[in-house]
Amino acid sequence: MIISVHHYLVLSAILFSLGTVGVLTRRNAIVIFMSIELMLNAVNLSFIALSRHLGNMDGQVFVFFVMTVAAAEAAVGLALMIAFFRNRQSVDVDDINLLKW
Amino acid sequence: MYDKLWLIPFFPLLGAIINGLLGKKIKNEKVIGAIGTLAIASSFVVSCTYFFQLLGDSEKVHQQVLGSWMTVGKLQVDWGFLFDPLSAVMLLVVTGVGSLIHLYSIGYMHGEEGFYRFFSYLNLFCFSMLMLVLGNNALVMFVGWEGVGLCSYLLIGYYFHKKSAGDAAKKAFVVNRIGDFGFLLGLFILFWTLGSEHGIWTVNFVEIAEHGHLLGAGSVVVTAITLLFFLGATGKSAQLPLYTWLPDAMEGPTPVSALIHAATMVTAGVYMIGRMNGLFAMAPSTMMVIAIVGAATALFAASIGFAQNDIKRVLAYSTVSQLGFMFMAMGVGAFTAGIFHLMTHAFFKACLFLGSGSVIHAMHHALHHGHLHDDPQDMRNMGGLRKHMPITHATFGISCLAISGIPFFSGFFSKDEILWWTFASTRGSMFVWGAGAIAAGMTAFYMFRCLYMTFYGEQRTHAKAKDHVHESPFVITLPLMVLAGLATVGGLIGIPHVIDVAHVGNKFTEFLAPVFQQTQQLHQIEAHGAASTEIALMVLSVLIALVGISAATVMYLKKPELPGKFTAAFKGLHQVVFNKWYVDELYDALFVNPTKRLGTFLWKGFDVIVVDGIVNGIGSIVNLLSRGLRYTQSGLLHNYALTMVLGMIGIVAFYVLQ
Repeated sequence: MIISVHHYLVLSAILFSLGTVGVLTRRNAIVIFMSIELMLNAVNLSFIALSRHLGNMDGQVFVFFVMTVAAAEAAVGLALMIAFFRNRQSVDVDDINLLKW
Repeated sequence: MYDKLWLIPFFPLLGAIINGLLGKKIKNEKVIGAIGTLAIASSFVVSCTYFFQLLGDSEKVHQQVLGSWMTVGKLQVDWGFLFDPLSAVMLLVVTGVGSLIHLYSIGYMHGEEGFYRFFSYLNLFCFSMLMLVLGNNALVMFVGWEGVGLCSYLLIGYYFHKKSAGDAAKKAFVVNRIGDFGFLLGLFILFWTLGSEHGIWTVNFVEIAEHGHLLGAGSVVVTAITLLFFLGATGKSAQLPLYTWLPDAMEGPTPVSALIHAATMVTAGVYMIGRMNGLFAMAPSTMMVIAIVGAATALFAASIGFAQNDIKRVLAYSTVSQLGFMFMAMGVGAFTAGIFHLMTHAFFKACLFLGSGSVIHAMHHALHHGHLHDDPQDMRNMGGLRKHMPITHATFGISCLAISGIPFFSGFFSKDEILWWTFASTRGSMFVWGAGAIAAGMTAFYMFRCLYMTFYGEQRTHAKAKDHVHESPFVITLPLMVLAGLATVGGLIGIPHVIDVAHVGNKFTEFLAPVFQQTQQLHQIEAHGAASTEIALMVLSVLIALVGISAATVMYLKKPELPGKFTAAFKGLHQVVFNKWYVDELYDALFVNPTKRLGTFLWKGFDVIVVDGIVNGIGSIVNLLSRGLRYTQSGLLHNYALTMVLGMIGIVAFYVLQ
């Protein structure tokens, strides 16, 4: 079986959906965070696959950007979580509910 | 040369700044008083130097420009000073009398809270007044004009913890604003007409005098301009119908009444008319209005003076009345006589006010000593003070003689010159003369009434305080004596021609001739009549004064029961006069209360209901509309994430399905 670009794209879509479901269903902020990373990497995968398929390097460059942003996001996000944990002794997102009507 | 003119207003400004900023730290009354007094005394020295220089100078009009203030289109306004005989006279009066009053204040204000504040304001006042007098254009004059109004407000309200003082200060300020409004409108019309119709864009007095004839003698526009300027003068100089603030201004400390509300500021209107004599001479109708208003004020204020018991209020109405004399003079074209009376009035009225201050000072201490709450300004509590206060009595008496026009005291010369001009001037009239003569007789009567009630007869002070009335300290009596001296001999510089047996000539008229003579010749304003008529009128006016004095002597010295009988006989009339003809009540009913009602309506009717209603209404509507929407802010992270995902799906679906 030849692995074509379609396979990559389907895998990417599956990973992205998994990430989305994870973000929407899990309560633990760290798990949500990991799910977001999963979504990002699903996108990265489709970038790379299409880049290779089309013979255009633009997609690869974009992946570098996404990884940079993800690294920064990880730093900020983890710092936020530590700060939150120090306040509430919890990383449950249901506890973050002060900003409402 | 006259290139240090700026020093004259500079010294008082410096004094005001030092005392105003550092006075609270200096604390020492002697130092503060010395700074304030030295500041104005330095101005006096500079003024004297330039005055004598001007005497020996053939060129009489000098201008000094310090720098440009503003340039708007073709109009160039400078910070400039004008030094001519008229401003020289005013400078000497303001700085000379001002110095004496500053000195007096050291003694009078001793121990008052805010001593430094008082001296700072007083210096600031002198600065403003000197700017008013020295300004070479109408805008610099207006700066001074407003400045003296401000200082007047601050000083009337010096005892701001007293409601009456605060009210009086506000009243003075508001009434003066009405006048200032006229001044500004007059200036605008003058500036615009000269500029747009004749191409002369200027507010400079010398240029206005030079080109004023372009407006056309007797034209409507010149009449309007001068009438508006005169409205300004009625406000500042307390003439009918805007005089009501001056008697209330007596709430201020007595030196303030002497300096601002007798000797200097209130004469600004007279000075302004003198400064623009060329314009006023071109408007005979305005001149007539000025003469009539002056005469009416002189009579009206004198009548109120009859029934007042507060020593300072008597003097206040007397000031209004005397200012009426000055305006009478201006109105009949006797500019020199008006300025002459301004000067002599500054001497004797300042002396009278300072004398009354000395009495109040002594009464206050005596009553305080006896733990009494009687009014120290009420003449009914005085009487017989001459034994206790010989110097104050003598100086007060001399000034009373001067203001009544007893021969060879200063008031005699100036008042007689005014009366002669009202009679004989080409712009004069018998009626104005008659009003002036009667007012002069009334002046003599109420001034001697005041003198007798205060210093003669039986002492009516409460027994506990009776023997504690003492003469004031030297720092207070010295200015009194100097001013009384000036009130005695000050008139000798203006001896009228007919009684000039020694042929010294009328020095004052000669000195001021460069300012007024040209106008008077151009418009044929002159007093003509036989010497015998002049002497007859002079004798007549002296007789009228003597009648006034005799009447006062009979009523208040010989038969003290008479005034009571008179009041009982003419109860209604006395009530009306005692209550100042109910003018304040009339103004309250006509202007003050309607304005208040309008203000209350705009506040409660318009501001609260309409303006606040709109603002609050918009807020309530937005609140109502958003009430349902705000429940989307649930605070649940997953809801937000879901919304985002659904949104994304929606957007993608939109593009895919399109």
